[in-house]
Amino acid sequence: MKPLNEMKLSFPSKSANEAFARTAVAAFVAALDPTVDELTDIKTAVSEAVTNAIVHGYRESIQTIYITAAIYPDNRVVIRIRDKGCGIEDIQKAMEPLYTTSPEGERAGLGFAVMQSLCDKVKVTSRPGKGTTVTLTRTLAGRNG
Amino acid sequence: MSVRIYLAEDILTAYLSGELDHHVVRTIREEIDEAAERAHPAVLVLDFRDVTFMDSSGIGLVMGRYALMQELGGELKIENLPNHIKKVMRLAGLERLANMETGGVRK
Repeated sequence: MKPLNEMKLSFPSKSANEAFARTAVAAFVAALDPTVDELTDIKTAVSEAVTNAIVHGYRESIQTIYITAAIYPDNRVVIRIRDKGCGIEDIQKAMEPLYTTSPEGERAGLGFAVMQSLCDKVKVTSRPGKGTTVTLTRTLAGRNG
Repeated sequence: MSVRIYLAEDILTAYLSGELDHHVVRTIREEIDEAAERAHPAVLVLDFRDVTFMDSSGIGLVMGRYALMQELGGELKIENLPNHIKKVMRLAGLERLANMETGGVRK
């Protein structure tokens, strides 16, 4: 299916950009006329993925995070958040609720659990040393749904 | 994002406002911990009424303050949760940790 619209975004992995990233994606998705709840869900999921890229992918060093997003005629939103950071050795383990590699940073280990509960589909591909891509898919019921 | 902290009797209340994410949680938690360690309150209240956005960083904030209050021999309360935040907290099962004002069970 051909997307109605697409966008690309890249920005330095500064934590101040977490707010920018989720707000930019929300503004892009707004074309589908989502409900406030749907928009909040998408912002939250994007925030989790971007925070993961900053904290885990790049381990707080400043490099580039890439986001692409597309909206489709069937009200589907697909958002891809990519980093070229350290990658994940064991994706299954990383996705386990409460598993975290940085408890001292007070990370709850719930990033993927939150993404999964707020999206229809969460796909993670990663190569150690090469980076990680998280693809979030969510179909909006919208105001008519 | 900002936090205003008030001490009344032995209740320390932190009014959080704005967007609660990984970026802002770092400074906020320092401010709250400093006040709590100084005051040794019986109850620490985190008031979420003016929080407009929260991701799992907020869960980390609550879990960390819960641990701190355990250490200080006090109690943690979470108050005035907007619906979108309740959703994220429920996911983490936080109502089992802290006394959530709405629908929460006292520990």
